[in-house]
Amino acid sequence: MKPINTNSEYQEYVNQKSPNSPILKNCFNSFWVGGFICGIGQVIMEICKYNGLSTETSATIVSVSLIFLSAFLTALNVFNKIGKFAGAGSLVPITGFANSIVSPAMEYKSEGYVMGVGAKMFTVAGPVLVYGISASVLVGIIYFIFGG
Amino acid sequence: MKRFGMQTLKFDNPITILETASIVGPKEENGPLAEYFDKCLEDEFWQEKTWEKAESKIIKETVNMNITKAKIPAADINYCFAGDLLNQCISSSFGLRELGIPFYGIFGACSTFVEGMQLASVFIDSGAADKCICAASSHFCSAEKQFRFPLELGNQRPPTSQWTVTGSGSVILSNSGEGPYVTYITTGKVVDLGIKDANNMGAAMAPAALDTLIAHFKDTGRNPSYYDAILTGDLGYIGKDILSEMALTKGYNIKSNYNDCGVLIFDKDSQDTHSGGSGCACCATVFSGYLFNKLKQKKLNKILLIATGALTNSTTAQQGESIPGIAHAISIETGM
Repeated sequence: MKPINTNSEYQEYVNQKSPNSPILKNCFNSFWVGGFICGIGQVIMEICKYNGLSTETSATIVSVSLIFLSAFLTALNVFNKIGKFAGAGSLVPITGFANSIVSPAMEYKSEGYVMGVGAKMFTVAGPVLVYGISASVLVGIIYFIFGG
Repeated sequence: MKRFGMQTLKFDNPITILETASIVGPKEENGPLAEYFDKCLEDEFWQEKTWEKAESKIIKETVNMNITKAKIPAADINYCFAGDLLNQCISSSFGLRELGIPFYGIFGACSTFVEGMQLASVFIDSGAADKCICAASSHFCSAEKQFRFPLELGNQRPPTSQWTVTGSGSVILSNSGEGPYVTYITTGKVVDLGIKDANNMGAAMAPAALDTLIAHFKDTGRNPSYYDAILTGDLGYIGKDILSEMALTKGYNIKSNYNDCGVLIFDKDSQDTHSGGSGCACCATVFSGYLFNKLKQKKLNKILLIATGALTNSTTAQQGESIPGIAHAISIETGM
């Protein structure tokens, strides 16, 4: 190899030396696990509807059930293993959102319920809330003006 | 002592490494070096309520074990040099508050252990101390909490990431004894080649290790083949590869006798540690456990230990700053 003299040469060399994540494998696992989680949601939905609940109520029950399941598995030290395997597959559905709130809450419990659990609970999910809500407000305004 | 070149000191009086001690966590117990550690813990908490308390207990018990193993009264030790990765080095100062030995809390990130040994050697050679104890600790869980994400978060680690070693290593240096001896120290400079990826610490620290390695050989007039083994602290697989290739371009072939403590401590394939081990405890436990054992048995007689540190914190990483590295080298020989 050639001697390295500048920072950019070194960065280029490091990029070439550092292995990439196995993208194909990650995408595949992400795809089927994500689909499987959504499948579970659909099953809960159909059961609710079969029992005479409205679509809206059924959808709420689906969200609540998946959030509970994810929080429960996080507490049992299982969800991080699913997340490691599935990546975005378990992160993008509502399960990932629940995990991102429960995990810091568990981690920072040692700093107390106010400054620990209370304050740190949103360290990971906070940005999602801020920009998610901001985006919905923006879309709402656009709809109000142009949507008729 | 005498100064050689810009960065190296040679000691006139033989400074003996009297005794070492090491305690590691459960993951390290499943690694290839388990038999060399004095104690392996069953879990990361060690009956404490927080990881920070557990880490403090680990360094405290390691230091106490080291003093007991050396069979000397604690009062004979003049100074203690210790450090860790947690904010304001609380593991060391909390863990060692009952020790009753004059204490220097030091920070050199993962190079802390050798930084302590260098300072202790200078203290002893100058006559300021007869015996000094040096220790360093790190803990996977407390480090993840401070530098990365909550443990239960379901995210993926990139292949370049490293695994912080849970444990602590401690060493007592003395002005009298039968060796192994500290003969030279080469103090590193802060080196930054602009790497910003906090998940690729090996690449960030390798230029610092190279700088110190070259300085050591230039200052002492030695060459790589003089040593039975050259070991870096925690460059991991990627950093190790980078260092040996870059050293070759500078005219130093270290391929045959060079290894890295982060590579040695875990089995990459079965333990899922990606690029290898890291943390203050990586080089501290590998030296105190494995290397000291080999030196005592004279299976290794001349080693160069280069502890590497990434001088970053979570704030600078979020602000997009690059990661400066440092590397301190210590030459340890069984004969003078």
